[in-house]
Amino acid sequence: MFLLRFSETLGSHFLYYVNQAGRMGIFLFLVIFNMFKFPYYKISNITKQIYSIGALSIFVIIFTGAFTGMVLALQGYTTLRKFSSEGLLGSAVALGLIRELGPVLTALMVTGRAGSAICAEIGIMRNSEQIDALECMAIDPYKYIIAPKFIAAIISMPLLNAIFNVVGIFGGYAIGVGLMGLNKGAYFYSMYKDVEFNDIYMGLVKSLCFGLIMVWICSAKGYFLHLERNGGFGAEGVSRVTTSAVVLSSVSILVFDYFITSLLL
Amino acid sequence: MNKGPTIQLIDVNKTFGTQHVLKGVNLSIYEGKTIVIVGESGQGKSSIIKHILGLVKPDSGKVLVYGKDVNRISKKELKDIRSNFGVLFQNAALFDSMTVFDNVALPLRERTSKSEQEISAIVNEKLEMMDLHESNEKFPAQLSGGMRKRVGLARALALNPKIVFFDEPTTGLDVAKSNEIYRVFFRTQSKLGYTAVIVSHDVPKIFKLADYVALMSQGVIQDSLSPEDFQTSDNPAIRDFVEKTMGRIYESGQVEG
Repeated sequence: MFLLRFSETLGSHFLYYVNQAGRMGIFLFLVIFNMFKFPYYKISNITKQIYSIGALSIFVIIFTGAFTGMVLALQGYTTLRKFSSEGLLGSAVALGLIRELGPVLTALMVTGRAGSAICAEIGIMRNSEQIDALECMAIDPYKYIIAPKFIAAIISMPLLNAIFNVVGIFGGYAIGVGLMGLNKGAYFYSMYKDVEFNDIYMGLVKSLCFGLIMVWICSAKGYFLHLERNGGFGAEGVSRVTTSAVVLSSVSILVFDYFITSLLL
Repeated sequence: MNKGPTIQLIDVNKTFGTQHVLKGVNLSIYEGKTIVIVGESGQGKSSIIKHILGLVKPDSGKVLVYGKDVNRISKKELKDIRSNFGVLFQNAALFDSMTVFDNVALPLRERTSKSEQEISAIVNEKLEMMDLHESNEKFPAQLSGGMRKRVGLARALALNPKIVFFDEPTTGLDVAKSNEIYRVFFRTQSKLGYTAVIVSHDVPKIFKLADYVALMSQGVIQDSLSPEDFQTSDNPAIRDFVEKTMGRIYESGQVEG
C-alpha cells in the first residue's frame, strides 16, 4: 500500500515536471517565433520595456558594480602583495569582472529587480483575465506582452553588464590607486595587456544567455500561473510564483554560467 | 430563408480535474438574437462562453462558430473568428496600467491601421454612448464597479463586433447600476444589432432582455426557450429553477391551469 502510494506520488511529480518543462519549451519557441513574425513592433512598446527592465536597473547596477570592483581590488591587492605582484591588480579586477562577476552579478541583480516585476505583472494579468481579454480581442499575448520583454531583456542585459564592468573597474581603481597607493599607469597597463577580445566575448555571450534565461523563466512562470500545482490564484499565488521564478532564474543562471564557461574556455 | 445557427455546441464534454462540468452540452445561438444562459453557481455557465471563445478546449464534442469548429482550425482562422467577438468579462478585465481611453483604443490600435485621429473619434463615440466621456483619462482603479463594466462594454464594442458575450454583467452591482448596464445593453444592441450571449444570475430581470433563455443544470443545457415558455415549462429542472428564483406564483398558475 505504502509502495503504491509512493510510486503514485513519484509518478505524478515526474509527470508534472515533464509537463512543465514541455510547456516552457513551447513557450520559448512561440515567443521566438513571434519575435520575428510580421507585423513587427511599435517602437514605443520596446522602449517602454527597455526603460522598465534596463534604465530602471542602472542605479542598482552602478551601486553593486562599484562595490564589487572595490572589494575585488581590496582582496586582490592583499593577495598579490604577498607575491609582490601588485602591478597585476588592474588585470585581476578587470578579468574577474568581465569574464565572471560582471555577467553573473548583473543577471542576478536584474532578476531580483526586473525579473520579479515581469513575473508579477504577467501573473496579475493572467489572474485578472487580462490575457484572456487580449486573446478574445484577437491580439496575440505572445506578441503583444511577452516578445517585447524578451527583446528588451536581450538588449538591456549586455548594456547593463558593460556598465557594471566599467563602474567596477573604476571602483577597483579607487581602492587600488586611491587607497592603496598603486601606480595608476600600472593599473590600466596590466588591464590593457591581459584583457583579450575572447574575455569580452565570453562576458557578452554570458550576459545575452542570462538575459534570455531570466526573461524566459520569469515570463513563463507568470504566464502559466493558473497551471501551477499549488494553485496560482490570488495575491498569494502571484507572490509564490514570483518567488519561485526568481529562485529558479538565479539557480539556472549559476548553472548555465558553469556550462558556458566550460564551453568557451 | 431560415438561417442556420451562428454558434452551435454539439455534445460538448469537459472535465476540470475530477469534476465533470459539461456532460454533453448542446446549444444553438442564432444571429441577431439574445440568449441568456442561467443556472446555479458552479454549473459551468461561464465555461460554455470560454469554450465558444476558444479559451478552453472540450474533452469531446464540437463548438461551431459560423460553421467552423474552433478547436480544429488554424490559429489564424481562430483569430479571424475572434475578430467578430466582443467580450465583457465578469470583472471587466480592464488593463489596469492603461487609462480608460487607452483601454478602449487598444483593439483599434492593435487590430486596425486607423490613424490616431480616427481612433480618437471612435473611442470618444463609444465612451459617449456609455456616458463615460468625462472619465477617459482615469485609470480603472479610479472607477466604480458599474463604470468599469461600461468601459469593458465600450472596449468590447470598439470594433463593432457581430457577437458580444456578457459574463455576469451585473454581478456585484446594486439595482440602479444593474439597470444602467441593461439600458446601455438595450441602446447598443438596437444600434449595432449584434448577437448577444449573456450569462447571468439576475433572474427574472434578465428575462426582459432575452429572446431565448437556456438553463444550465446537471452539466447539460436543459432547454432553450422563449422567456414566456421558460417560465411555464414542464421540464422538472426548469420548474425547480423558476420556483427557486421567482417564487411560487408561476407554480400556482400551472396547478390552477
